[in-house]
Amino acid sequence: MESTDDRTASGEGTESGVSAAQLPTRQEVEDFLYREAGLLDEWRLEEWLELLTDDAVYQVPPTDSPEGDARNTLFIIADDAVRIRSRVKQLLGKFAWAENPHSRTRRMIANVRVLGAEGDDILVTANFAVFRMRYESVDTYIGHYSYKLIRGAEGLKIKERRAILDNEALRPHGKISFIL
Amino acid sequence: MDKSAEAFVIDDQEAGIFRVNRRAFTDAECLERERRCIFDKCWIYAGHESEVAHAGDFQSRNVAGRPMILARGDDGKVRVLLNTCTHRGALVCRQKSGSAKTFQCPYHAWTYNSRGQLIGVPGEDAYSPAFKRDEFALAQPAQVDNYRGFIFICFDRAADSLYDYLAGAKEYLDLVADQSELGMKVVAGVQAYSARANWKLLVENSYDGYHGLPTHQRYFGFLSDIGVEMRGNNLGAPRQQRVVDLGNGHAVLEYQSAWGRPIAHWVPSFGEHRKAHFEQMRRRFDERFGADRAYRICETSRNLGIFPNLVINDIMAITIRTFYPVASDYMEVNAWALAPKDESAEDSALRLDNFLTFLGPGGFATPDDVEMLESCQRGFANREVAWSDISRGMKREPPALTDELQMRAFWRRWNQLMIEPQAARARRAA
Ligand SMILES: [Fe+2]
Repeated sequence: MESTDDRTASGEGTESGVSAAQLPTRQEVEDFLYREAGLLDEWRLEEWLELLTDDAVYQVPPTDSPEGDARNTLFIIADDAVRIRSRVKQLLGKFAWAENPHSRTRRMIANVRVLGAEGDDILVTANFAVFRMRYESVDTYIGHYSYKLIRGAEGLKIKERRAILDNEALRPHGKISFIL
Repeated sequence: MDKSAEAFVIDDQEAGIFRVNRRAFTDAECLERERRCIFDKCWIYAGHESEVAHAGDFQSRNVAGRPMILARGDDGKVRVLLNTCTHRGALVCRQKSGSAKTFQCPYHAWTYNSRGQLIGVPGEDAYSPAFKRDEFALAQPAQVDNYRGFIFICFDRAADSLYDYLAGAKEYLDLVADQSELGMKVVAGVQAYSARANWKLLVENSYDGYHGLPTHQRYFGFLSDIGVEMRGNNLGAPRQQRVVDLGNGHAVLEYQSAWGRPIAHWVPSFGEHRKAHFEQMRRRFDERFGADRAYRICETSRNLGIFPNLVINDIMAITIRTFYPVASDYMEVNAWALAPKDESAEDSALRLDNFLTFLGPGGFATPDDVEMLESCQRGFANREVAWSDISRGMKREPPALTDELQMRAFWRRWNQLMIEPQAARARRAA
């Protein structure tokens, strides 16, 4: 079943770009996000990069300023396209010690909503619980994603990906060394 | 009892042997002693004055394991108030930060003003004449002082002044504080993280020049990918390169680095369009301080350790990092970015971007540091291997950046504070 609510909740700003009728359905977005989660959990990071636009950004705001702007707030991660690709290269290489050996991760994606559009950007939010297992500890990252997706010739692509943590601190996690 | 079984530190300067007993990282009793002999005796960093810029501003946070309020009173004075109602104990401030005229305990509604004075007690007529409001102000640490915006507290009334305590570290705090003509400010956003490791492992790591290349190879790979030129290695430094014991357990590593610095040290990855602006910034430093000091401020990086638990690393950006042991194998860490108040929005964005390449729990370096500390802590379960070696470069003069002089400075002071009360007790007993 598709929710018509999700398809029409776009509000203004849709005329110039994505019209309400062109908004992806929740099911299409869910399929896309589940596929992304699978690639990340399976460490198929090169394939994950193919889901991103050339100018994609990936951000994790600090736990005390979840609404912050990376230009004036100290984030945990604020990668531009160059850094995302470098991050993947490092993670797949030998010397990212925090992920060598790799963690096991398992992502639960839920409450997916297509919020509307801003120009060509399709605004999507989804809740996450990401479990990271390493050295017999389990760390749980809880929060929500805020996505800007673009519909291109090859389907949906990620232009902006913000993982906004509900955890009040990275304790006892200590780090975000994988792609959250 | 065998004396050597008791010792935490072996320091044989003649032979060039320096060892630390790994029980110092694992022993719960040792941690209890640290709380009393170190954290209750030393000056501990509590915050920066810019975090409470206006009258009424407050920040509530844990300092040395206690909930405290950094508060600027309506009189403009910055105080550190112990966050516990003097009536029955509840926290009187339960917000992380904000601005307030009063702090009201939610339990019985005792109310304190922004200076910590008790100004309201519901049903006060029920108390005897012996009850004096002014005896119930929010408590404060025995001493609070500020050096160039950095606020420290000390629970020991008899301790030396902050000025004397900081000893040679003041010179390096000056090199940071002098980066703005209007003063420095803590940027919004705290990196609140942790490590499953003893806190002293992070002290050692924060200015360890020896680990740079093996641990952070991926960072240097990233730098060369974006076109930053490596001068042989990151620590190769022709004009200024030194490691200094600053006294009282403080130490610093000062070196010329490959990375660009948002203070007037341009590198090509910052973009050609910024080059002229950076040169102009640099000329202003030359005018203010002369060429030599301007060079030091702008082009050298410094990893500064202030005993016991404050790190100020002025590297590709400036981080203030402080940490506290919750258990012998677990610490909480808080890190902030420090920047000139008068920095333009564009320069500030560049600074934060540069910060994140290396630093913080999602950077390209700090997670690997945390990994190494946690790895050491797990290795310590092999109690049969009782000692860690910290003798590197002990007989080398001058010491190199990849030596361990800075750690020995820390451990000597640590050891002195830990054994002093025992020695005094032994003297009294004799
Ligand atoms: Fe490091």
